Amino acid sequence: MTTTAIDPRSREDHDAAGERRFDELIAQDSRIEPRDWMPADYRKSLTRQISQHAHSEIIGMQPEANWITRAPSLKRKAVLMAKVQDEAGHGLYLYSAAETLGTPRDQMTEDLIAGKARYSSIFNYPVLTWADIGAIGWLVDGAAICNQVPLCRASYGPYGRAMVRICKEESFHQRQGFEILLELANGTEAQKQMAQDAVNRWYAPSLMMFGPPDEDSPNSQKSMEWNIKRFSNDELRSRFVGMMVEQIKVLGLDLPDKDVRFDEETGRWQHGPLDWNEFKEVLAGRGPCNAQRMERRREAHEDGAWVREAAAAYAEKQVLKTAQAA
Amino acid sequence: MTGGSTTGDDGAKAPSSGPREPRAAWPLWEVFVRSSRGLSHVHAGSLHAPDAEMAVRNARDLYTRRNEGVSLWVVPATAIITSDPDAKDQFFESPQGKDYRHATYYTKSEGVKHL
Amino acid sequence: MSEANASATRITPGNALRPEDIALLETKPGDAVAQYALWLGDDALILAQRLGWWISRAPELEEDVALANIALDQIGHARSFLTYAGRAWDRTEDDLAYFRREPEFRSVHLVEQPNGDFARTIARQFVVALYQWELYSRLVDSSDPTLAAIAAKAVKEVDYHRDHSIQWILRLGQGTEESRHRMIAGLKLTWPYVEELFTDHPLVDELGDVGVRPSTLRAPFDAAVQVVLAEADLEVPQVPGSVGGGRLGRHSEHLGYILAELQVLAREYPGASW
Repeated sequence: MTTTAIDPRSREDHDAAGERRFDELIAQDSRIEPRDWMPADYRKSLTRQISQHAHSEIIGMQPEANWITRAPSLKRKAVLMAKVQDEAGHGLYLYSAAETLGTPRDQMTEDLIAGKARYSSIFNYPVLTWADIGAIGWLVDGAAICNQVPLCRASYGPYGRAMVRICKEESFHQRQGFEILLELANGTEAQKQMAQDAVNRWYAPSLMMFGPPDEDSPNSQKSMEWNIKRFSNDELRSRFVGMMVEQIKVLGLDLPDKDVRFDEETGRWQHGPLDWNEFKEVLAGRGPCNAQRMERRREAHEDGAWVREAAAAYAEKQVLKTAQAA
Repeated sequence: MTGGSTTGDDGAKAPSSGPREPRAAWPLWEVFVRSSRGLSHVHAGSLHAPDAEMAVRNARDLYTRRNEGVSLWVVPATAIITSDPDAKDQFFESPQGKDYRHATYYTKSEGVKHL
Repeated sequence: MSEANASATRITPGNALRPEDIALLETKPGDAVAQYALWLGDDALILAQRLGWWISRAPELEEDVALANIALDQIGHARSFLTYAGRAWDRTEDDLAYFRREPEFRSVHLVEQPNGDFARTIARQFVVALYQWELYSRLVDSSDPTLAAIAAKAVKEVDYHRDHSIQWILRLGQGTEESRHRMIAGLKLTWPYVEELFTDHPLVDELGDVGVRPSTLRAPFDAAVQVVLAEADLEVPQVPGSVGGGRLGRHSEHLGYILAELQVLAREYPGASW
């Protein structure tokens, strides 16, 4: 049934109707699905956000994967492998969601390795000790979960569904990170120091994962109007600080921030100043590990080309064989 | 009718730029998982694979890592036919207002047992 | 009821057996059984260590997930076998994995071989998976109930590893000219280490019906290899077999580096808990 040819409505009317429908759905806090009409900006903005999110999962595999071979117990080794594997899975869920907006995955990959696409700048920091694996799970995954839970209700259906699956699977990631830190904090003095040092290094970068302060975040407004984003950067950041303040007590470690306090007036947790200049520098590619992460991704993709080609060629040959046999 | 994936796009594709390697790009497959015996296969997501045999294996690795399934379907995304998104108002209008198809329409019989 | 029977009823092959369960066993394996468990555990451990490297480097993201699954299965088998072996000497899986020296390891040279390119990894996977499948599918009948139970879980998982490697052998063997060359090269680099898998050792005589005699696995292994390689239009490489020696603690030059990486952190903090 192709109605396009006999549809009496002109394209213009159709777009107007589509836009009306889109606005209605957003106003009702309903979901937009891939086949619905949507404003070009909505599509573009979502494609950017979801693909960046996917790239972050994939690049985010590297810093932790570096420790798979050195994990200090076999149980931790298995847990870390499963976690890094989950990140590959999450990248795949997100690429699928982004693909529904019309950009094929290989295009997104090309953009990433060509340096045209961004990913979370947190992954450009080096993972120096085993305690960093704990701090990443606790702080980085913790911040990510804080960000992602509201995204389960994002107005774009495939994105929301991917986030639901991801959040469900990620609950173990933060817990395993916390457990690693707790074990270290209760271990020898050297282990405890290792844990404190990792928290010191990852605390500020994890707060910056929520993005620039609200007044410097021009894209946020539109994103909130479209029901993609539900809470502002500062709102989520403050919520996260509040959780960390409590949890660090259990760890018996200190947050490297003497300015943390609950502001009765705003009802929000306040934190010390963050070095947004550093954030911009890392985002612009001048972080300690940007070049290394990109090189590894490019290498894996390029080294894998002959395998992908071989499998595609084999599939073609099989189709031909079946056709000839018939 | 419109071909393409259930989660896929139906036309308004963003222009794709840059070089493509058509031979190396694996096609998209939609994955359906039966979570336990007696239940239907439910759409879980999609993935890329060079052919059907690899698709079902990749689906096993990707979508049943946590015991989520006892059976899988994979379908080439291009093989899925969907109702026309532009005509969905007309297409789904008819059942609207036909409340008498639902049991709750019949209030007088409330309280009568086994009905 | 004897102790052996008690553990046999606790661990039934149908249930997913975890290393944590084995650590709680009351039975202790004898020295020979524990040595044998080391053989199998070390093979799985070193293979998992090798495969772990691929995660984040595979030819496609779907394959990252697939290889990680295989590595996770292998690390699971390693933990079970090492935990059981350790029961004989009051040592934990981690004591054995992290605090044995190179000559105390019992892995075969095959699993120590470098990953190389994807074809070489697949060639190694193909040999290991076919061998482990033949082995575990017989070990399920071991008179040692714990080994039988570990094998019962492992054989199902390894069956999938077998399938995974076969699918890739077919695709790489018949894909493009390049993939075919690489597959042939990968098989050739792997084949010298096949022979060691099927070499009998005096330990096997001691084990009786607890273990599986390696030489008995050669014929079914060769037959399975023939079928797959013929379908992939490939040939069994004609290369001399290497003498091996892994079961006696004489390893390839690679193992030292593997252990250096595996053990570095644990050894930096001896006695620490993680």
